[in-house]
Amino acid sequence: MFRGPPRASGYFRTGYAQDLALMQTRLERTALAAFAIALAAFPFLVTAFYLDLACQVFLAAIGALSLMLLTGYAGQISLGHAGLLAAGAFTAGILFRECNAPFWLTLPAAAAIGAALGVIFGLPSLRLRGLYLAVSTLALYFVVVYLGGEYESTRGFSTGIMVDAPKIGGFALSDPRAWYFVLLGAAAATLLICANLLRSRTGRAWRAIRAHETVAEALGIGIAGYKLLAFVISSAMAAVAGALFAYYRGFVSVEAFSLFLSIQYVAMIIIGGMGSLLGALLGAVFVTLFPYLIEALLRKLPNAQSYAGVLFAVNYSAFGVVMILFLVFEPLGLIGIWRRLQSYFLLWPFKHRPIAGQRQ
Amino acid sequence: MQLVVNIVVLASIYALIACGYVLIYRVSRVLNLAHGELMMLGAYLLLSTAATFSGNAFAAIAAAIVLSLTVGVLVYVLLMRKMAGEMVLAAVLTTVALGILLRGLMVLIFTAQQQYPGQALGLSNPALALPGGGRISTFAAAIVVATALAYGGLFLFLQFGRWGVRMRAAGQNPLLAAQRGISLHAIYALAWGISTLTGSIAGMLIALDSGLTSSMAIIGLKAFPAALVGGLDSLLGALLGAVIVGAAEVLSIQYIDPLLSDVVPFLVLIAALILRPWGLFGTREELDRV
Repeated sequence: MFRGPPRASGYFRTGYAQDLALMQTRLERTALAAFAIALAAFPFLVTAFYLDLACQVFLAAIGALSLMLLTGYAGQISLGHAGLLAAGAFTAGILFRECNAPFWLTLPAAAAIGAALGVIFGLPSLRLRGLYLAVSTLALYFVVVYLGGEYESTRGFSTGIMVDAPKIGGFALSDPRAWYFVLLGAAAATLLICANLLRSRTGRAWRAIRAHETVAEALGIGIAGYKLLAFVISSAMAAVAGALFAYYRGFVSVEAFSLFLSIQYVAMIIIGGMGSLLGALLGAVFVTLFPYLIEALLRKLPNAQSYAGVLFAVNYSAFGVVMILFLVFEPLGLIGIWRRLQSYFLLWPFKHRPIAGQRQ
Repeated sequence: MQLVVNIVVLASIYALIACGYVLIYRVSRVLNLAHGELMMLGAYLLLSTAATFSGNAFAAIAAAIVLSLTVGVLVYVLLMRKMAGEMVLAAVLTTVALGILLRGLMVLIFTAQQQYPGQALGLSNPALALPGGGRISTFAAAIVVATALAYGGLFLFLQFGRWGVRMRAAGQNPLLAAQRGISLHAIYALAWGISTLTGSIAGMLIALDSGLTSSMAIIGLKAFPAALVGGLDSLLGALLGAVIVGAAEVLSIQYIDPLLSDVVPFLVLIAALILRPWGLFGTREELDRV
């Protein structure tokens, strides 16, 4: 798996096994362990508000990771991600309402529906590229949301579908801390699946397709199959994220899956940085916390009460500004800033990597 | 008869908006997804000029038209100019971000309430009886006329105007055009200006006809299928596409389900993408360039 320059100076890989290893240096292992401990301790140290924020971040991370697989690695642009989340949420909601199905049935069902939708979303990609593909996913998004709205209005749930907390045995999952660990586990599992896919044959094929389709085909990669696979896997993950969202909120409604949500997910992978799983996580954190940050800043201003009514509009505009700033001034996203920082310290006191050939 | 009138009005709305998509795409290969918001901005500009030039409807409309042209040029000069030569996707996402920004700002400045620029201007909107039993409101008729004028004007401009010919040249081969001494930045800025202008006129007339809320931008997005069905680089195609999408929408509202109105244009879009992705009059090579 291509990882860019070695993480620490003086660490050079000498074999393919090293190149494939999930964690390569002791520093990485230590840092990960420390991070895991911090995540495990987090819910016992903070208030319910921050716990809810963390849960939202985990849900967004699953969605962002799945979109990153599709767009950042396989190079297939999708503007319809919110449609897939909606499909997952509605599958869970409808199965619960109509058949009273338990969560261990609705989650796989959501994944199956997501995978099926992935084939539909992916079929245009066999013929269309770039902008036209983005437009076709956008159109499919409107169709999915229309179907959800149609279900709501014909069944009389005009405001939305209520979903009870999932039950395991007699124990209902309603404690925020329990939810925190469930969603943390789901996000971690998604990350592991993505990392494993990317360091195997599939991931290499996707990257080849993204780099150059014709060359990839000449190398013997089945373009159609791998493109569809990218859509199917990404959509199934997104649908599961949607189903988890439905259970977490206890409520499903088409209003939650606006076109703005799709754009937010695209913004996550752009702000985070294309072609990097860490970027997807950073983007998910940034985009999820951003509105709360704006709100906190507004509260600091004098006569804060008068801004309450316009908070939504302020959020909206600020989000647009941030997205523009990243696109224009930092197209590589947060991960680009992080890599530049890394290489600054790695190369210090020099500014640039020596030109290849000069180094002995 | 009323059905035909409805189709013609809706088709003219879509056509007037869609020519903005086509113009920018044809010249710079950028899909302007902020077009709906720019259109709405035009309507809000009319609202504020109506407050300034109270009583003088003609002056208010003229001022709003000049302002919207300026806005379009400024959007290019201040923002899209920086994206020239970047990946097409990055440019398109920049327009998406611009749309979000504009929408937020418009809600901040003008609030999300329904507003009636027609009342502010002191214009009434009586329904006109047409021969054959149909009825059409004055401003809806104005939309049809404006669309005809806009397409006629654009055709003459692109076919015979000095700058129009340069614009076509820049669209066909930017590098060659630049080497022949055509200022690409000026051409692109002009395209953005004209596109925003036509979009804004559509926005103003819709707002005069049926009021103005912050949800108007969705009309702009629904006009996009019209542009694509006809072929993203063909004005004639946009006209035909608008008729197809408008007819499909009006007929399905009439005979199937009113809820469908938001989704029908996109169903037409999917059908077009499956059958003929480059559109009815578009050039086929376009697809691989994107």
